Amino acid sequence: MSQIPLSHILFVSTALFFIGMYGFFTRRNMITMLMSVELILNSVNINFVAFNKYLFPQKMEGLFFTLFIITIAAAEAAVAIAIIINLYRSHRSVDIEDADEMKY
Amino acid sequence: MSASAIFFYIISTFILGMGLLAVTSKKIFRSAIWLLFCLVGIAALFFWMQLEFLAAVQIVVYAGGIVVLIIFSIFLTQRAGTDLPKPRPRRIIFSVLATIFGFGLTYSIVYQHPFVASNNAPLNVTVNQIGTQMLGTGRDGYALPFEVVSMLLLAAMIGCIVIAMKSPVLRQSETEKDIETEKLESNSVTV
Repeated sequence: MSQIPLSHILFVSTALFFIGMYGFFTRRNMITMLMSVELILNSVNINFVAFNKYLFPQKMEGLFFTLFIITIAAAEAAVAIAIIINLYRSHRSVDIEDADEMKY
Repeated sequence: MSASAIFFYIISTFILGMGLLAVTSKKIFRSAIWLLFCLVGIAALFFWMQLEFLAAVQIVVYAGGIVVLIIFSIFLTQRAGTDLPKPRPRRIIFSVLATIFGFGLTYSIVYQHPFVASNNAPLNVTVNQIGTQMLGTGRDGYALPFEVVSMLLLAAMIGCIVIAMKSPVLRQSETEKDIETEKLESNSVTV
């Protein structure tokens, strides 16, 4: 593991973050936007773990942050999908352009 | 180049390729499957960094939980077999530009920054240590965030139920009101 410089791992996480950002900008479907958000969260997880392993190998703080981020991502995905399905019930669509009313 | 380095480059190209397919695929179901592969690749990266517990959590929560949830919601909301509408070319161009410039800026800053690698002996992380520190109340303990996150999960669960149950409850209360108003009217008529 020590033969790989830290910047290569950071390259992977940065590229994954911007791939997620690209998906968030181009997709108009709420479920695919949620997938892009998951990609972004995962790139942050890679960052935390890599910094923990390379810069502070005697500690476990990055690991705990990653665990908490995974938990919160699960809660966020559940709530987002509940909202999306409820929106589909009322609007018959999960497209972001069709959800332009604050209240229905 | 050692076997470990080759593994790292294989895993990272796998992750990036699958992520790119997940955000550009035309069919939404395929997109979800590419996302699943990408998350499994990230779990492999955690394995490569010798964090077996974290890799297991990643597979269980993401591949077993979130992606299954996403696939269920796709089945509930999308017509099968239809392509996603293509985004406008203007939007694609500006998104690509924003992505490339953002990536260039961020990575140039990251690349120039001198990270000082630690010389401390690496900790061999066991599940026992993780559990002890997670529920520890001492200086390095994570008992308070653990409790806060458990409350957050409870709140998310109740919130999901409330959001999902909203319309039946409304309908029921409306019918009850209707019945009550009918009773009142009939009473007034008899009086």
